[in-house]
Amino acid sequence: MARLNVNPTRMVLTSLKNRLRVAVKGHKMLKDKRDELMKRFLELARENKALREQVEAHIGDVYSNFVIASAVMSSEVLEEALMYPKQGVTIEVGRKNVMSVDVPVFDFKTTTDDTANIYPYGFANTSAELDNAIENLSNIFPELLKLAAVEKEVQLLAAEIEKTRRRVNALEYIMIPQLEETIKYIQMKLDENERGNQTRLMKVKDMMVQEAIEEKQQFTKEAINEYVNK
Amino acid sequence: MYKIGIIGDKQSVQGFKAVGLDVFDCNKADEAKRTLHNIADDNYAIIYVTESLYDQIKESIYEYNEERLPAIIPIPGMQGSLGLGLRNIKMAVEKAVGADILFSND
Repeated sequence: MARLNVNPTRMVLTSLKNRLRVAVKGHKMLKDKRDELMKRFLELARENKALREQVEAHIGDVYSNFVIASAVMSSEVLEEALMYPKQGVTIEVGRKNVMSVDVPVFDFKTTTDDTANIYPYGFANTSAELDNAIENLSNIFPELLKLAAVEKEVQLLAAEIEKTRRRVNALEYIMIPQLEETIKYIQMKLDENERGNQTRLMKVKDMMVQEAIEEKQQFTKEAINEYVNK
Repeated sequence: MYKIGIIGDKQSVQGFKAVGLDVFDCNKADEAKRTLHNIADDNYAIIYVTESLYDQIKESIYEYNEERLPAIIPIPGMQGSLGLGLRNIKMAVEKAVGADILFSND
């Protein structure tokens, strides 16, 4: 692992140690976040799968009703019958916060409350099959809506998990080893300097001691000479 | 206040008018793409797209995947389910987990 390109000084060492501490803490928290997101995501994905299978089965029924209706009626009449819808739907979008992911919550309102009164046509020219089709469709409508909400949530969570996982991995396999390596490098460098300094001091001291001894010997020699000459 | 839209071939989507959805019937991919972009910027919270069209305009739809709104949801068309919706869930699982752990065992 490559180490960072920094000067091996005590100041850099301190700041790197701080960064490492933050990185380790962040890594732990992101890991927790990822695990929790994953737990919710898997539950949701299972629910989504079940819901989708259910909706697809029901919508198949609706289509077969429509096929029969369009077989009984001419396409012009069918189109005319559906031309001006009586029922209107509006949605309120709320917010839900799932582990800091902003997820929409759908709440729908229909303009006519009476479910028996949603047919936008007179009964004279249309067949009963069309009534069936529309009734079925309006019955599965809440399911369709729920499917939309769940599926959107699954998508958003999946994106967030991917992002979190990348961050966790980047911290775990790049950032933290790099910082550790650099800290180790600086520490070794500083130790090396320390040792170099120590040796130098010892050497200087040796030289000074040597000098002192020589001076002393010189002095003694002179003293002896003086004594002998007297 | 948001609306719900549905894009698909006329046969499949005309019935949804009766329950109050805004119906956009498109047969061609580029037409559908244009419609999608137009209504996605409008006040639509949910846009259903029939699977056959969804498959053709996937790239445009994926642009909205990480947006909060709109939710673009595939539904089977007249031709029956193509399994696209389930494939989407599978893809999301693979994206999140890195491997498909939900559908492989059944």
